[in-house]
Amino acid sequence: MLNRHPMLTSLVRHAGRIAITVVVGGLLGATLVRVAPGFGIDEAELDSRLSAQSIQALRQAQPGQSLGAFYFQYFVRLLRGDLGTSRSLQRPVAELLAERAPETAKSVALGLVFGWTLGLSLAIAVVMSCSWTLDLMATLTGGLLLCLPAAVLALIFQLARMPGRLVLALIVFPNVFRYSRNLLARSASLPHVLTARAKGLGDFHLMFWHILTPAAPQLLALAGVSVSIAFTAAIPVEALCDLPGLGQLAWKAALSRDLSLLVTLTMIVAVVTLVANSLSDLLGKALSINLHEASA
Amino acid sequence: MKWARHLGIAFLATVAFACLLADFVAPSYAHQFRDEPGAAPSRQHLLGTDDLGRDRFARVLYGTRVSLLLAPAAALLSSLLAVLIGGAAGFAGGWVERIVMATTDLFLSLPWLFLLITVRALLPLNVLPITSVAITFALLGCLGWATAARVICADARSLAHSDFILAARASGSSGFRLLWRQVVPNLRPIVFAQFWISIPVFILAEANLGVLGLGVAEPLPSWGSLLRELQSYSAITGQPWQFVPLILFVVVVSCFHLVLLEQESPV
Repeated sequence: MLNRHPMLTSLVRHAGRIAITVVVGGLLGATLVRVAPGFGIDEAELDSRLSAQSIQALRQAQPGQSLGAFYFQYFVRLLRGDLGTSRSLQRPVAELLAERAPETAKSVALGLVFGWTLGLSLAIAVVMSCSWTLDLMATLTGGLLLCLPAAVLALIFQLARMPGRLVLALIVFPNVFRYSRNLLARSASLPHVLTARAKGLGDFHLMFWHILTPAAPQLLALAGVSVSIAFTAAIPVEALCDLPGLGQLAWKAALSRDLSLLVTLTMIVAVVTLVANSLSDLLGKALSINLHEASA
Repeated sequence: MKWARHLGIAFLATVAFACLLADFVAPSYAHQFRDEPGAAPSRQHLLGTDDLGRDRFARVLYGTRVSLLLAPAAALLSSLLAVLIGGAAGFAGGWVERIVMATTDLFLSLPWLFLLITVRALLPLNVLPITSVAITFALLGCLGWATAARVICADARSLAHSDFILAARASGSSGFRLLWRQVVPNLRPIVFAQFWISIPVFILAEANLGVLGLGVAEPLPSWGSLLRELQSYSAITGQPWQFVPLILFVVVVSCFHLVLLEQESPV
């Protein structure tokens, strides 16, 4: 049955990949955290004012279980819907996630919308106008933004008292612009586009039907990748702009060595990026099939 | 755009040379001029001093040296890992390639910065600054191989099916010898490109870690720790020279991109 439905096969394959990645990725993440030097050491132990008994009590309070036991217990709890309790914040992880996920979702969505609008419209403008100066200006701006770490952009926005969420748009923009500009320029130079132009087809029709549509599957693939870019940038942006989202939570958890919180966060972000990539891949495939059928 | 590439190489060479001379042209990065904390630029201190009285010019030179020496080292490590993993998988093909590529996909889908800050933050607090440098860049090298491995695997796969490999097989060459003598030398251009692409990526990653306070430990300077000074808003407004590390950082990373201009594919 699956052989007769390529889209269904693709869907099953993607779902399987996500499931395997979540389990193996989560295990790898936990392994990294568990075996890393420093696990089980509390910063407070370095406080010279503490007595030997206090230090001993602190050491006993650290999780001493093996990785296997930790991970088994984690999955059993996960099946019950319990994500554990944050050691550093002394609150249930599920509660923290529910509280902070909307903030990150809002930041990432805004960043993606603004970044894509700016990047794609500039790419279209550059390709349609064939203006050398516009191309140079846009390329230079994009190049400059690619050379700035997300953390520094966040600091600059802080200094200028501008909304930190816009930083995510500036991180997404150069990637979208550079890729889509090259893609659209290549599409625009194809013989059928030149013929359509010579026959007097309007700019809008030319761009929409002959340049953008054939490039759509690749642009969709880029959309999937840009979600990962935005999520990765969310850590420094939220940490430095004081936005109470998952990125800030990850940073705080990393600083306080909060194992359960870090593993959960890593898995959630991995799932989100995988789902985004799978969706864009599936949509791109469906669009390619439609385009192929339409041209046949 | 050849001139831009040459300009980039010349600038990078100049910066690298200036950093190597840091011991002779600047005081120690850790020396505190206790009478002159937060001093403005002068003949003694070309970029002034920081809040602890340390010469900012010296810190920029030493910080640039740390990043410019260790980012290529991390890129070399990740490229070597990519050749080993991607090259062997592409050459072997079949189930080996499928398993390795699935692992690579898994690695690529994991949030890289999340893993990086997790591992970095879990390291002991009482490490020497030099150890923290080694740890930071070793982590970058160990976690940054996946993209390069994917590209190298595709290249090795096409090489494995090429005529000259068939001829080499026909003449009795096989296994490791074939891989080492025929495939690896032909992978050199793509490995070099991947190595060069990784350098600015690792410089940016180190800067992100440094600004978040998870990079190179004080008092050793790095671009991350230098850029972290931008956090002090009140100090910046009256001291525009604090932006010099940022400007140098942007120009150096731009130069790496300029050098790559001719190697990058159009799409």
